[in-house]
Amino acid sequence: MLSDKDRIFTNIYGLKDKSLKGAQSRGCWDGTKGILEKGRDWIIDEMKASGLRGRGGAGFSTGIKWSFMPKELGDRPHYLVINADEGEPGTCKDREIMRNDPYTLIEGALIASFAMQAHACYLYIRGEFVREAEALQAAVDACYEAKLIGPNNIHGWDFDFYVHRGAGAYVCGEETALIESLEGKKGQPRLKPPFPAGSGLYGCPTTVNNVESIAVAPEILRRGASWFAGIGRENNSGTKLYGISGHVERPCVVEDAMGITLRELLEKHCGGVIGGWDNLMAVIPGGSSVPVMNKEQCDTAIMDFDGLREHGSGLGTAAVIVMKKNTDIIKAISRLSDFYTHESCGQCTPCREGTGWLSRMMKRMVVGNATVEEIDLLEAVTRQIEGHTICALGDAAAWPVQGLIKHFRPEIEARIAAYNAAKNSAA
Amino acid sequence: MPKLTINGNEIEVDNGLTVLQACEIAGIEIPRFCYHERLSIAGNCRMCLVEMERAPKLIASCAMPVGEGMVIHTDNEKVRKARENVMELLLINHPLDCPICDQGGECDLQDQAMAYGGDKGRYSEEKRAVKEKDFGPIIRPFMTRCIHCTRCVRFTEEVAGTSDLCGTFRGDHTEIGTYVEGAVKTELAGNLVDLCPVGALTSKPYSYTARPWELKKTESVDVFDAVGTNIRVDSRGNEVMRVLPRLNEEVNEEWLADKGRYAIDGLKTQRLDRPYVRKDGKLTAASWDEAFAAIAKKLDGLDGSKFAAVAGDMVDAESMFALKLLAESLGSGNTDCRQDGAKYDPAIRASYLFNTTIEGIDEADACLIIGSNTRWEAPIINARLRKRYTKGGFKAALVGEAVDLTFGCEHLGETADILAAIAGGTHPFADVLKSAEKPMLILGQGALTRADSPAILEIAKQIADKYGLVSGEWNGFNVLHTAAARVGGLEMGFVPAKGGLDVAAVENGEAEVVYLLGADELNTSKLDKSFVIYQGHTGDAGAQCADVILPGAAYTEKDGMYVNTEGRMQYGFKAVFAPGEAKEDWTILRALSGVIGKTLPFDSIEQLRAKLAEVSPTFANPEEIQPAKWEDFGTKGDLEATALTSPIRNYYMTDPVSRVSKTMAECTEVLVNPQQRTGTNG
Repeated sequence: MLSDKDRIFTNIYGLKDKSLKGAQSRGCWDGTKGILEKGRDWIIDEMKASGLRGRGGAGFSTGIKWSFMPKELGDRPHYLVINADEGEPGTCKDREIMRNDPYTLIEGALIASFAMQAHACYLYIRGEFVREAEALQAAVDACYEAKLIGPNNIHGWDFDFYVHRGAGAYVCGEETALIESLEGKKGQPRLKPPFPAGSGLYGCPTTVNNVESIAVAPEILRRGASWFAGIGRENNSGTKLYGISGHVERPCVVEDAMGITLRELLEKHCGGVIGGWDNLMAVIPGGSSVPVMNKEQCDTAIMDFDGLREHGSGLGTAAVIVMKKNTDIIKAISRLSDFYTHESCGQCTPCREGTGWLSRMMKRMVVGNATVEEIDLLEAVTRQIEGHTICALGDAAAWPVQGLIKHFRPEIEARIAAYNAAKNSAA
Repeated sequence: MPKLTINGNEIEVDNGLTVLQACEIAGIEIPRFCYHERLSIAGNCRMCLVEMERAPKLIASCAMPVGEGMVIHTDNEKVRKARENVMELLLINHPLDCPICDQGGECDLQDQAMAYGGDKGRYSEEKRAVKEKDFGPIIRPFMTRCIHCTRCVRFTEEVAGTSDLCGTFRGDHTEIGTYVEGAVKTELAGNLVDLCPVGALTSKPYSYTARPWELKKTESVDVFDAVGTNIRVDSRGNEVMRVLPRLNEEVNEEWLADKGRYAIDGLKTQRLDRPYVRKDGKLTAASWDEAFAAIAKKLDGLDGSKFAAVAGDMVDAESMFALKLLAESLGSGNTDCRQDGAKYDPAIRASYLFNTTIEGIDEADACLIIGSNTRWEAPIINARLRKRYTKGGFKAALVGEAVDLTFGCEHLGETADILAAIAGGTHPFADVLKSAEKPMLILGQGALTRADSPAILEIAKQIADKYGLVSGEWNGFNVLHTAAARVGGLEMGFVPAKGGLDVAAVENGEAEVVYLLGADELNTSKLDKSFVIYQGHTGDAGAQCADVILPGAAYTEKDGMYVNTEGRMQYGFKAVFAPGEAKEDWTILRALSGVIGKTLPFDSIEQLRAKLAEVSPTFANPEEIQPAKWEDFGTKGDLEATALTSPIRNYYMTDPVSRVSKTMAECTEVLVNPQQRTGTNG
């Protein structure tokens, strides 16, 4: 288990002093100027060496992403955009950072912006996060007042931090849709290429990072890349905020090392699965868009990017959704299909049409009003969507259903049989 | 020049092309719905997916720029499967109403479903339906059929510049519509019907009237403005069913303005389908012989100087030329084709042509519009100006009535004294013209039909000379005409000979016999003392005051040459026969000339055209523009203080045909005078 001295988020539960002073007493904003003085190449190299992989779900190396920005400042300004549109069902980690520990995020934004030669950072926060936006704005105001950020700040890098509130569309968490929304347009993903590093916000070079990725950066640079890289497994290093929900005794958000086993995570921090480990039916380990894992997989699952990929799932946002036995897993996945149907932006064909098809079929599967052959059709439809869309929402809609069919096909068949039997006896 | 391999064949294409374009060059068809070469790339239909080696997923070929060494497969199992899948998804919510859909037979979805779709549907859930919407008098939307390709949204936003349409809601609830229910407010709305790959946006006036496979297609030229838009007239039997644009990059690209497309229902009403002679003050139906005899009687012994001929705005060059020859044979130099009395110098071509050419607009970097509402006078040219504007680096300004031209155009003021300030160098826009590399100016008819027009012409010439609007190959001096026949008339010299009567004199009743060839826009209030011969196809002001009416043919009913505002001669061909006893116009004049003993020297349209070709090379070289020499024109004079206004007060009603068109009347009611509708209307 991660020892307390290795924790990056020192006030994730908001039990300590939330003021700027309190955060500074815990190490925030300590030696930031020194970090900037080491230069942007050092910062980016250090980030690369730390092995930090983006915490928003895709797991792309943050250092490499930063290095994609143009080396020289051209006639267009550079921007840092922070994705705080935390909408993935089950995910609630960024919320805690903004609520209780926002200073490390603002410090990280300054450092990242400096490394990418941006003078402005836009943080796009999910519309539903009202209190979080207030808390974050208060923290930003305090930093401005203390001249930590803003024009002519004590760090010598002019930097503005804007909090922009979204209107509650899930797809605006996709980086290019987020940029569109930030520009005041309808939140629909853009075609790539061009990628944001070439042409992003207002057509300028832009990097979009997750809140957690930015928030961990100052501590990595303070303690050194090797410290961070030393935690967890190779290629999956560092600490991570896990959010555990569902059928555990004490759902929580907790920071622990990457590579912790799923079982240890649930039993150490959450009091275990309700009714004991053997009462576990399934776990969605990384937010609603990764495939569900069955009990056998959960027994050996290691909570990091590569560990979960081995099981045909993914770490995603590390939002662990636990389901005990007697959960109606078909209904649970059907609910997710409804979510994706509702949140599909409607731009490209496979997602717009396919998500609706999936959710309508899933609704019938829940009651069993279907034929066994239709399970194959359901699978085929997910393959029709997967990989054919502009953004990853199509894949995200397809995977939960694929996971369901892969692991729980007998349950679906039983449901269909029961429905038909009831219908026949009634007739 | 990147080299890429498509289906095993290496091909080298220009940088900046997309994979889809490269495939087209290689002769490989890629199915698509949302991609359109004149609109921005949306990449949303996913029909054009192809496989690119080393890419993790299939790529949307319409959006992927070509790169060196790309290896593309467009016809393997994976790609075929993906197309079939996308097609199936497009069809799950598309109604199976092809038998009652106007798009049937010319539907991209139908065609591509045949070529790339599966053999049966697997979708058994409920289908989506969208409530009926109102898009105005031009478009009939069936949004249940919409496949959300957003071509229409991009067209209104990018080409028309009115941003009328948008997608509202999300997911499969997405609906394309106007934000607030109401008409699409652009003069280019008809193009949305062409752009729509399915039957979601159909043509309201044409709806349920014909099937594409039963139509005869005839190439022609639009005569409702002076752009010379290339059109295709679709007819069934002897009825014109619809008009569609033809591709011509130099003129209209592939657009057509609404009047040219939808005023055609006016060709079916108020038609002059037999000769009439006024007897005892009343127009009475007569035979051709009687009509000719009445004219012959009147002309007998008449001094040529008492005979005047006025050509209208929509007539073909051949009949104008025949009339000119007829007038000359009578010893009359009283010919005029300028019903509005426009004051360019007919002797100097540069003073009345759109010298820059429509295609030349693409190169211009500054534009001064004087006394013109280009949006109403020539929507296609306005769209070209907008296209240039959206590319950036184009500064436009307007002197005249403040109107929304759909592109960024600074309004400098309403009066001509601003021109004097620009010419004098004291106005800030003078610097814009000075620093521009290829500046242009557009003189509208509103600036040329005033008492001080010679002075405006002179100042415009000054501006052109002073700020380098004319240098080398570049000529930035332009006159925008509104009449399709006008430049043809000017090119053949259908203007008063020295000392001859012009339109103003004719209007004043100075001619004893007036021959109106489709001329309805002049003031006829003082013509009661003149003997008026009206030859034309639609009963309007000219026919009303006529003593003899000779029924002619509309542009769809005859072969003819039309010279557009650039001086480009184009052919229109006969699609249907003129109604009743009406005849093609040049044949009427030829026949009449025989009756009055002044037989014209041609027996066929080819002979007539050969004669016309001798008058000006314009008529000898179809599709080509004969550049005009830059000479002196304009007369110095005082400028009036009144505002410069466009002569067109209602885009939808400018000529005898559109004035009787039901569709144009609806457009007028909905789009031009919406406030006149009250709660109890309809």
